[in-house]
Amino acid sequence: MNEHLLLSTVLLIPLAGAIAIAFIGSESKNLIKMLGMGFSLAAFVVSVYIFVVFDGSNPNMQFVEFKEWIPSLHVSYHLGIDGMSLLLVVLTTFLTPISLLASWESVQNKLKGFIISMLVLEVGTLGVFMALDMFLFYVFWEAMLIPMYFIIGIWGGQDRIYAAVKFFLYTMFGSLLMLVAILWLSYYASEQPGGYFTTNLMELYKVAPSIPMDIQTWMFLAFALSFCIKVPLFPLHTWLPDAHVQAPTAGSVILAGVLLKMGTYGLVRFCLPLFPYATFEFMPYLAGLAVVGIIYGALVSIVQPDMKKLVAYSSVSHLGFVVLGIFALNQEGMQGGIIQMINHGLSTGALFLLVGMIYDRRHTRMIKDFGGLAKSMPVYAAFFMIVMLSSVGLPGLNGFVGEFLILLGAFKSQLLANRWFAILGASGVVLAAVYLLWSYQRMFFGKLENPENRNLKDMNLREWVVLVPVILFIVWIGIYPSTFLSKSEASTKQLIQQIHDARRGAQVGTAERIAVPESRTIE
Amino acid sequence: MPFQLISIAVFLPLVGFLINGLLGSRIKSEKAIGVIGSATVGISFVIACAMFFDMLGSPPEERSHIIEIFKWIAAGSLNVSFAYQIDQLSILMMLIVTGVGFLIHVYSIGYMHGDPGFWRFFAYLNLFIFAMLNLIMADNFLLLFLGWEGVGLCSYLLIGFWYDRKFDKGTTGDAAKKAFIVNRIGDFGFLIGMFLIFEMFGTLTFKDVFTQASTLSVGNTTIMWMTLALFLGATGKSAQIPLFVWLPDAMAGPTPVSALIHAATMVTAGIYMVARCAVLFALAPTTLMVVAIVGATTALFAASIGLVQNDIKKVLAYSTISQLGYMFLALGVGAFAAGLFHVMTHAFFKALLFLGSGAVIHAMHDEQDIQKMGGLKSHLPITYKTFLVGTLAIAGIPPLAGFFSKDEILWKAFSGGYWPLWVMGLIGAGLTAFYMFRLLSLTFEGKPRWDQHHLHPHEAPKTMAVPLIVLAGLSVVGGFVGIPHSLGGGNAIEQWLDPVFEVANRKMFLTPHAVVPLEYVLMIASVLVALAGIWLARTWYLKKTEVPEQLASRNRGVYNLFLNKYKVDELYDAIIVNPILKTSEMFLWKVFDVKIIDGIVNGIPRLIGMFSGVARKIQTGVTQNYALAFVLGVVLILGFLITK
Repeated sequence: MNEHLLLSTVLLIPLAGAIAIAFIGSESKNLIKMLGMGFSLAAFVVSVYIFVVFDGSNPNMQFVEFKEWIPSLHVSYHLGIDGMSLLLVVLTTFLTPISLLASWESVQNKLKGFIISMLVLEVGTLGVFMALDMFLFYVFWEAMLIPMYFIIGIWGGQDRIYAAVKFFLYTMFGSLLMLVAILWLSYYASEQPGGYFTTNLMELYKVAPSIPMDIQTWMFLAFALSFCIKVPLFPLHTWLPDAHVQAPTAGSVILAGVLLKMGTYGLVRFCLPLFPYATFEFMPYLAGLAVVGIIYGALVSIVQPDMKKLVAYSSVSHLGFVVLGIFALNQEGMQGGIIQMINHGLSTGALFLLVGMIYDRRHTRMIKDFGGLAKSMPVYAAFFMIVMLSSVGLPGLNGFVGEFLILLGAFKSQLLANRWFAILGASGVVLAAVYLLWSYQRMFFGKLENPENRNLKDMNLREWVVLVPVILFIVWIGIYPSTFLSKSEASTKQLIQQIHDARRGAQVGTAERIAVPESRTIE
Repeated sequence: MPFQLISIAVFLPLVGFLINGLLGSRIKSEKAIGVIGSATVGISFVIACAMFFDMLGSPPEERSHIIEIFKWIAAGSLNVSFAYQIDQLSILMMLIVTGVGFLIHVYSIGYMHGDPGFWRFFAYLNLFIFAMLNLIMADNFLLLFLGWEGVGLCSYLLIGFWYDRKFDKGTTGDAAKKAFIVNRIGDFGFLIGMFLIFEMFGTLTFKDVFTQASTLSVGNTTIMWMTLALFLGATGKSAQIPLFVWLPDAMAGPTPVSALIHAATMVTAGIYMVARCAVLFALAPTTLMVVAIVGATTALFAASIGLVQNDIKKVLAYSTISQLGYMFLALGVGAFAAGLFHVMTHAFFKALLFLGSGAVIHAMHDEQDIQKMGGLKSHLPITYKTFLVGTLAIAGIPPLAGFFSKDEILWKAFSGGYWPLWVMGLIGAGLTAFYMFRLLSLTFEGKPRWDQHHLHPHEAPKTMAVPLIVLAGLSVVGGFVGIPHSLGGGNAIEQWLDPVFEVANRKMFLTPHAVVPLEYVLMIASVLVALAGIWLARTWYLKKTEVPEQLASRNRGVYNLFLNKYKVDELYDAIIVNPILKTSEMFLWKVFDVKIIDGIVNGIPRLIGMFSGVARKIQTGVTQNYALAFVLGVVLILGFLITK
């Protein structure tokens, strides 16, 4: 296989699948499902190959592809991944077939459109994680909104239109500001001596850090706002519970598992390296909002009567951890943040899968409608327990690795310079146990009193196949996280180094022109 | 090298868990499940013995070994392994955990006979032992924490084992959840402690941390906060004030679970952890003072509650909290070895007492109220005799195990100059003897107060009786490893542990004391106090049975305070739990999230709508409109940039 086209291959496989399915009559449902599954699995297989060959010790972009697109504006089809994007790419290709299989039976209405939407959504998100050109990034970023909008709006619950519009408007608001900032940034590059208008991220990395502070602040805020809405960072989170509750299971899994990570990924890929001074300026505020989000999301989770809404609010709490880790601006916190993105994708994705399974059976997600399920569905109860413990951050499972590194990083962070971020953040660990254990108790323990719960079928083979792979990764990351941490180690190290160099440069008063380490180039 | 076997010893119970947990529902034979569960722990015990004898045969300085299995988490400057440390302290704990744990497994074969969740029970028990072994054998704080949270999880699973049963005012699920969450509050402290350690020493490995710490001088503020945070963790796991509230409810699980939690595993974790960090604690006199005071207070406080409880397991639960208080008192006055000694003897007699109570409950068809018992002596002779041994041991009657360890603690408290704490401990000892003999008298002696026509209590089966007899034997002789010099012994256990605590002792200027006549006086005093307690209990509950009731009605206030456990649960509910729930629901969610934030979000389009009719279309959800607006916006911005 030609290594130089691997990323395009991963990107094109689901796209090809979507196109192929478009030509099939919508009545051959099984064929459509099998094709969707086949193409998404193929993308996963190729991405696993990429994961294996990826050189974890090399901090730079790998598998780089470069094709001119709009030469006059220096806009190009430019792909590449480093260790951080690698993990998110694999997470995306992993969760897509899983969520397709999860909705194998529950989605019957307009099946063809659904599968196409899911595949296009996969292309969009993969593109976001691979793009090294700001314009290309923006195209993917916006493109992915459309299938998600449809998935919520067509296959969603009762208030799906309200939720879809809210989701769309919220993110659109942020995106527009980001677009302005991208154009401004590219324009700024052209104003430099010998510069030209370009959206090439690698070129912008060299120019951007030296942007004067006042302009940098505005650009940073435009980017950060867009990303923080996507994360979502408190208090920009209110689109999330609605979107999750209304979205079908597959939509929720991808939304929580992958889409939210586009926000945190954006912070790491763009905000930090492009605008290091602004980052220093705003890091205590963003870390502060992250901590508020950790506690707030957890507290609101405790009192949710709807299981899906509970998981949605818990995402606000968990993503708060990721943001806190990122803005610790040290290796421990950053690595913790990256691995926690993956962990959240797995454990929250799995929680949505589990909630979907019980919803398929009972057509309710209200915790009070259940009780004593451990008796009628013991295997389901066991799976739920493992996933819950992963989400609670039990050592030995994946969640702990991320949370511990994040809190450790935040605690010792010399830039945050305040232990209270970590101490308050750590209280989220206690609260997570409260909301999950309490809801588990109400769903699974006690007497089987509701007659409708008495004859529920336990997990079927398809559902086993959906969950077992996720649980394997949950345990794998918990016991031997090095497989994954080692892939992003070099990249995060370089990123941290780069930001700190910029800071040191600022301190000795050479802020006007900061050279970015040469290593951060394309090859 | 037998030490390489440590990984087998630690992981065997995990294998047992996996076999019984994954295949248990298919294995139809209880015998097979029970044998798998017990044998995995039994073999671990044998390996522990082999390692112990190997260590006995080698000089003290060659008794510590570190075996690394694989790298666990590495990021930045953090580098933590799955690595086990075998030394005098961890091997002692391992012998207790696997030894007593094994007996509890065997006992469970009989006790859980016929339960539909038989396989699940053994799977959880094995997982419990696995977690506990990681806790005590870990060579670093993070792996210790894995075991630490692991035992918390297992206690959750086992306390809620009969998940559809009622318990107290709620269900067993309430008790299970409470155990996990209260423990998590402690774990929060432990986490902060670890962060401080990593920040200060740059590592989480015991050896490196303690080597660096040994060069520091006493009175460092960071060390004080560090040890206080760690101690918060210990109060959670070892059920001390203020986090003891989960342990009495832990009896919601099957009785062998109580034995496991109260005696061999779980609650000893906090003691072990503080002892392991002896060097750090020795550097923080303030923390040690807190530890000693919390320990002595808890010892007295829990004993007072135990005086009036009528549930056989509840009395034992509060006695555990009280005895753990003694252990913390020991640690707090710097008598680390004495604390560990009491961990060991307590493991023997408390396991014995809980398993004995299980045999009683078994015989009485799940009756736990001692007011509805009495006269069981003749029906359950083995249980009675072994229970009597356990009761004498915990009451501190020489020469049984509890006497030596408790007396060592009291003497260390007194000779260290903490005489008020010694007084508290002495009163506690009297109360202990009293409530334990009250329990014994009401259960086994006197006239039967149960329906003799319908109940025919019978002695427990062999699988249950044999562990009782073994534990009774250990409760008799277990104290002989710690006979003090004043009684002509060599205090072997103190000597054995000496290398582990050497640095800590040096920091605290503790040197072995010479035998003084006062030691004998105090010893006699504590025996007399215990005898007085016994005498009083027997008089009141066998002869003058009207006295306790008169006392209770005359002192209604105090009696109710003890009976209702000082209403601590209610207090926590009122000042912590309910306000959090109310605020979260009534303000954060329903007002802040829904009204304020969403009000603004939904209000913006509405505001626009007031100015322009076009905006109404925004809420129709037609995608083309947004696309149009989007394109227009881009054109405007581009135009602005180009004409600028």
